[in-house]
Formats: sequence, C-alpha cells, structure tokens
Amino acid sequence: MNSSEHKKTFRAALLRTVPVMAGYTVLGFGFGLLLESKGYGFLWAALMSLTIFGGSMQYVAVDLLSGGASLISAAIMTVMIQARHLFYGISMLIKYRDTGKAKPYLIFGLTDETYGLVCGYDVPEGINKKMYWLWITLLDQCYWIAGSVAGGLFGQAVSVNTTGVEFSMTALFVVILTDNLLKKDSRIPAIIGVIISFICLMIFGADNFLIPSMAGIAAALMLLRPALCGGREDEK
Amino acid sequence: MINTSHSLLLIAVMSAITAAIRFMPFVIFRSDEKLPKSVKYLGSVLPGAVMGMLAVYCFKSVSVFTPPHAAPELIAASVVAGTYLWRRNTLISIGAGTVLYMVLVQTVFS
Repeated sequence: MNSSEHKKTFRAALLRTVPVMAGYTVLGFGFGLLLESKGYGFLWAALMSLTIFGGSMQYVAVDLLSGGASLISAAIMTVMIQARHLFYGISMLIKYRDTGKAKPYLIFGLTDETYGLVCGYDVPEGINKKMYWLWITLLDQCYWIAGSVAGGLFGQAVSVNTTGVEFSMTALFVVILTDNLLKKDSRIPAIIGVIISFICLMIFGADNFLIPSMAGIAAALMLLRPALCGGREDEK
Repeated sequence: MINTSHSLLLIAVMSAITAAIRFMPFVIFRSDEKLPKSVKYLGSVLPGAVMGMLAVYCFKSVSVFTPPHAAPELIAASVVAGTYLWRRNTLISIGAGTVLYMVLVQTVFS
C-alpha cells in the first residue's frame, strides 16, 4: 500500500468509529472517575484500559479492587462476564482468518463495540480489510484509554463530591438489560437471568450468590431449549 | 484502596482471563468443523441472561428493609430505564440516572 491508500484506509476507519468515540470517551471517563473515587489514580485507569480493555468488566473490576476480592472470585467473575466473547469469536473465525500478524491484536481488542463495527458493516470499496479492521480496533482502544485517563485526572484535579458516582455501573447494566428486554430473542433469557439471580441472592446472600446463579441460569436455559429454539430458523 | 501488589495481581488475573476467552474460539475452532448446536444455542441465549444477572449484582448491597428502603436506587434505575425507552440512547440514560442518583444520595437521602 502506498501512503495515499493508507490515508484512505485510516480515514474510512476513523469515520466508522465516530459513534464509538463518543461512547467510549464518556463511559471511559465514568470508569476513570469511579476508580479514582476509590483511591486508584489515572495510571491505574490507563493500565486497566490497556490490559483488560473491556467496558463492563472494568466497571465490575472497580468493585473487586476496592473490595479486596480474592483472586479466585475475581477469576470466576471475569469468566462469567466475558463468556459472551467466546461467541463473538466464533462468529469472527472466518472474517479474521487471513489477517496475519494483525490477528492477535484484532482478537485481543474484540470488545462489544469493535465487534459491532467489524461485524455489522461491510468494508468500503477499495480498502485494505486487514488495515481497516486494525485501525478500527486500535482507534477504539485509544478512545477508551483517553476517556478513562481523563476521568481519573478530572477526579484528582476537581474536588467534587463524588458520592454516588458508582451508580454509573448500575445504570450501564440497567440500560443493557432494558435493551435485552426489548429484543424478542433475548427477552426470555434476560428475565430468566434476573429471576434466578434474585432468588439466589435471597437464599445465598450478597457474597455467595453468583456461582449458584450461573449454574441455575445454565440449567434453566438448557431445560427451556426446546421452547426457546422454537422461533429460530437455524436451530430447527 | 487495598495494597498495590494485590491490586496488580487482580488486574493481571482479569486481563489474562479476558484475553484467554477472546482467543479461545480461534484456538479451538482452527479448522472449519461445524459448531455443536448446543454451543450455538448457548451463544444466542447466555449473553442476555448474564446481563440480567449483572443487573441484579449491581443491587446486591441495597436493602429494602432499612431506610431509605432502596428509594434512591429504585428512583434512579427507573429514570435510567424510562429515558432509555424514550430516547434509546445509552449515554443520555447513564448520565441522567447517575447525576440524579448523586443528587439524591448527597441531598435528599443524605
């Protein structure tokens, strides 16, 4: 590729990532601010956004860090929150097959939003696919890091009363849940998730309910498979 | 903030597992063999259910039995869901809900 082709590819990727730029800087900012309110400055935010690079995971991580969670419970929590990425990966196997040296980073950076951009849109005409996807992934991570660092710095510099800022995590999951309830395909799974987790919370208490919830959810979903598969073409 | 070395270890665990999960499908399904149907099925229903669980997780420390009886959480969460139904905009809903919650716990319910 010559330099004008590089520019064209970069510009196409930049335009495609504009919505994620808005979302990631704001969500990242909230994360950085929340983390700072627990005593972890912007360098911690930068480190986590660089190495974990996962929105919902990092919000939960604030809770795990500040609560001094054990490594085992952090590991289990990570597996449960990130398990959906197994299925993103499965649907990207063919697309990312011939991406050569870029492949490890493309896979590492496959967040919900990057997945949405790469999977949801075609590569524009005359653009190098591999470089286009690489730029999208890299730009998204830059927005995320920039937002989280800005949030951390803001929290350090401005002495606002941040009591209650932790609700941003709750708000994030309430939005995702509402969105799932609106979609026909994910409505019943989401309701099952809420009901079983709530019952487990009542029985096992706040510190021990996640593992029984996950087991209960998996069992319920397998039991309801005939009913839930009914409307899906590929499962018939 | 807890001690630095444990914090670093926690971040290492979370990032290693996150990366491992993202890489796993590419390692397991290297060839073009077809996916088992049960894996496909779980792939379609598990994300929604886990999000339901995480929403409950966010409320795990809230008590309805002691004052203020979860009022700030319930009010702010209703605003989040309501604005989302109205505008379908993630950022507006998170922003409005969080600011409202901060105002509630710092003034009305402080």
